[in-house]
Amino acid sequence: MSTAIIEKVKAQFPDEVVDTDEFRGDTTIIIRPEKITEICTLLRDDPETGFRYLSSISAVDYQPASPRYAVVYHLYSHGSHQRVALKACCADDEAPSIPSVVSVWNTANWHERECYDLMGIKFVGHPDLRRILTPAECEGYYPLRKDYPVRGY
Amino acid sequence: MNSAETSPRTETMLLNLGPQHPSTHGVLRVWLELDGEIIVNADPDIGYLHRGIEKMCENRTYHQCLPLTNRVDYLAGEMNNFGYVLAVEKLLGVEVPKRAQYIRVIMAELTRIASHLFWLGTSGHDLGAMTPLFYAFREREQIMDLCELAWGGRLFPCYFRIGGLAADLPNGFEKIALDFVKSFPKKWKDYDNLLTKNRIWIARTKDVGVMTPDEVLDWGWSGPMARGSGVDWDLRRDNPYSSYEDFDFVVPLGKNGDTYDRYLVRMQEMLQSARIVQQALEKLPPGDVNVDDPRVALPPKEKVYKNIESLINHFLIIEEGIKPPAGEVYQAIEATKGELGFYIISDGSAHPFRVKIRAPSFVNLSAVPKLAKGRLLSDLIAIIGTVDIVLADVDR
Amino acid sequence: MGIEEHLGNNILTTTLEKMVDWSRKNSLWPATFGLACCAIEMIVTAANRYDIARFGMEAFRASPRQSDLMIVAGTVTKKMLPAVVRIYEQMTNPKWVIAMGACASSGGIFDSYAVVQGIDKYLPVDVYIPGCPPRPEGLLYGILKVHEKILKDPFLTAQYREKQAAKPRRHHEHGHH
Repeated sequence: MSTAIIEKVKAQFPDEVVDTDEFRGDTTIIIRPEKITEICTLLRDDPETGFRYLSSISAVDYQPASPRYAVVYHLYSHGSHQRVALKACCADDEAPSIPSVVSVWNTANWHERECYDLMGIKFVGHPDLRRILTPAECEGYYPLRKDYPVRGY
Repeated sequence: MNSAETSPRTETMLLNLGPQHPSTHGVLRVWLELDGEIIVNADPDIGYLHRGIEKMCENRTYHQCLPLTNRVDYLAGEMNNFGYVLAVEKLLGVEVPKRAQYIRVIMAELTRIASHLFWLGTSGHDLGAMTPLFYAFREREQIMDLCELAWGGRLFPCYFRIGGLAADLPNGFEKIALDFVKSFPKKWKDYDNLLTKNRIWIARTKDVGVMTPDEVLDWGWSGPMARGSGVDWDLRRDNPYSSYEDFDFVVPLGKNGDTYDRYLVRMQEMLQSARIVQQALEKLPPGDVNVDDPRVALPPKEKVYKNIESLINHFLIIEEGIKPPAGEVYQAIEATKGELGFYIISDGSAHPFRVKIRAPSFVNLSAVPKLAKGRLLSDLIAIIGTVDIVLADVDR
Repeated sequence: MGIEEHLGNNILTTTLEKMVDWSRKNSLWPATFGLACCAIEMIVTAANRYDIARFGMEAFRASPRQSDLMIVAGTVTKKMLPAVVRIYEQMTNPKWVIAMGACASSGGIFDSYAVVQGIDKYLPVDVYIPGCPPRPEGLLYGILKVHEKILKDPFLTAQYREKQAAKPRRHHEHGHH
């Protein structure tokens, strides 16, 4: 089933799929960030895949590797009880940004706010991108980044 | 703070349901824009219990993360560790012995009952029903006694370990636990008699906070929140883990997706959990409780004192920690509040590279502004109660 | 031959201070200040098994103006700190603070960027209760220690001393008549 999903994405978006990974039964499709909204819409609306549920959006900091920031989307299909992960690396290491998927799943709203808050990734097209967990008045403070000390300053 | 711009001519009132409030189940702040008593806009402000657990996990070994992840959902302590150890064991590619799996199920289901009892008491208390709290806590104390008997701690025992359990169950545990689960349905009748057909309870909860099944999927709701709307989904049955496929249980579903149906679903879940615990206790297989892999599980203490290899093994695991291969996994379990997921990236070292906790309360709370719009302020309290949030789960 | 002998067994004599302190400690009302996991053990202490009502404390007041004890139960994060201090300042005198649990006493296991490493940096704490979370019996023991502290509280003499200190000092002139 996971190969079917990968084939479907590759068929519609042949240039966007960079790589695929399979580890301990989990499938990860590594894609380019520009068309993430369209790929998610495909995976949600296609009746064979039916990923109508977004489990979570995680932001990862791969410093000192480049590209530094990646955003990982975990999707679940209630029909086939399957999961798939989409990983998109942000193009810019200094000011990371990626299109928002709030138009695909409403639940992405808070997930993306959390990624912005803790990692500093901007989600283009998000209706209300502001801090959610750390105090609102903090500036330039992204505590989950690798160069931020765990005890703070 | 509030995203809506209010011009001076409007007559809405800004009210702060502050972080210190008896009904918010913790430090939740909601910015409310009210038109009289009708809510025009509700904006939750969270983060008052953001402790930086994900960041701290990156600086510890896999075992040292166990006390941290235990405190994510503080009402169901061991359930969080269930998800975490399953995720790390998936990374390692090990499977624990059957006995350990059954004991894990017993503990997880007992904490599920304890968490639902606490929810019942406090959300009833919010809406004015003080009596169910005392009845529910009577049973909850018995479960805490069971937890303490088995593994030493009431709320955060840290009993699950990567590769199995800290130790086997003490002698006599099975009998005491069986007595409890066999008597539980009769005690459950007490709360059922108090609330289920109570006119005030029905008036406060019927048609409050309605979500259709499509909205449930769109907003990422899981657990009893999803089942209350009729979405037939339970990770224990659909993506089984830790031998849940060996047990026979019913997944209760609601019809209307309102607060009353979610109440009924959680009540039935308590009975089903008691049923699972009874089956697990009756079918408990003998054997080891730790996987027989020197890279993962600590050797038994008797061997450590006598055998040099076991001593070295013990030292290596404690000092350096376990080192899973590089890779990433996502493991989700059916926690008390919904889908609790752990996304762990390992870079081959003894410290996790990234631990992301997909917290169900965080996602469930995000739909509250939508549910509260156009309702009375007192309905907001009922909605927050039904979402069953735990602020440490929301904020981590 | 004290006055007690003449009065008989129906009248007790004591000092005003002792009576006020005794009545204060017997109905100390806590402010609802459960922040995190310790709040669960606090609620359990108020529930049926570890009944806190036998100490007169089942009335957990939501308003700080009506409470005299603040049990800081749980982790205090930097975002929450202004609210904690504000509630403490809103409480009327006399007031006491219990730091319940490891997180309130010293930050607990959460040594991170977001957690205040001990509420005693910002509030005067009377009793620290260690534990993660402390057992309900532990909380009750800490409360009994606060009771002991209250009984030793010399509010009358303290008020008298403050009044004396606030009065303007008189000069002692040489050769006073």
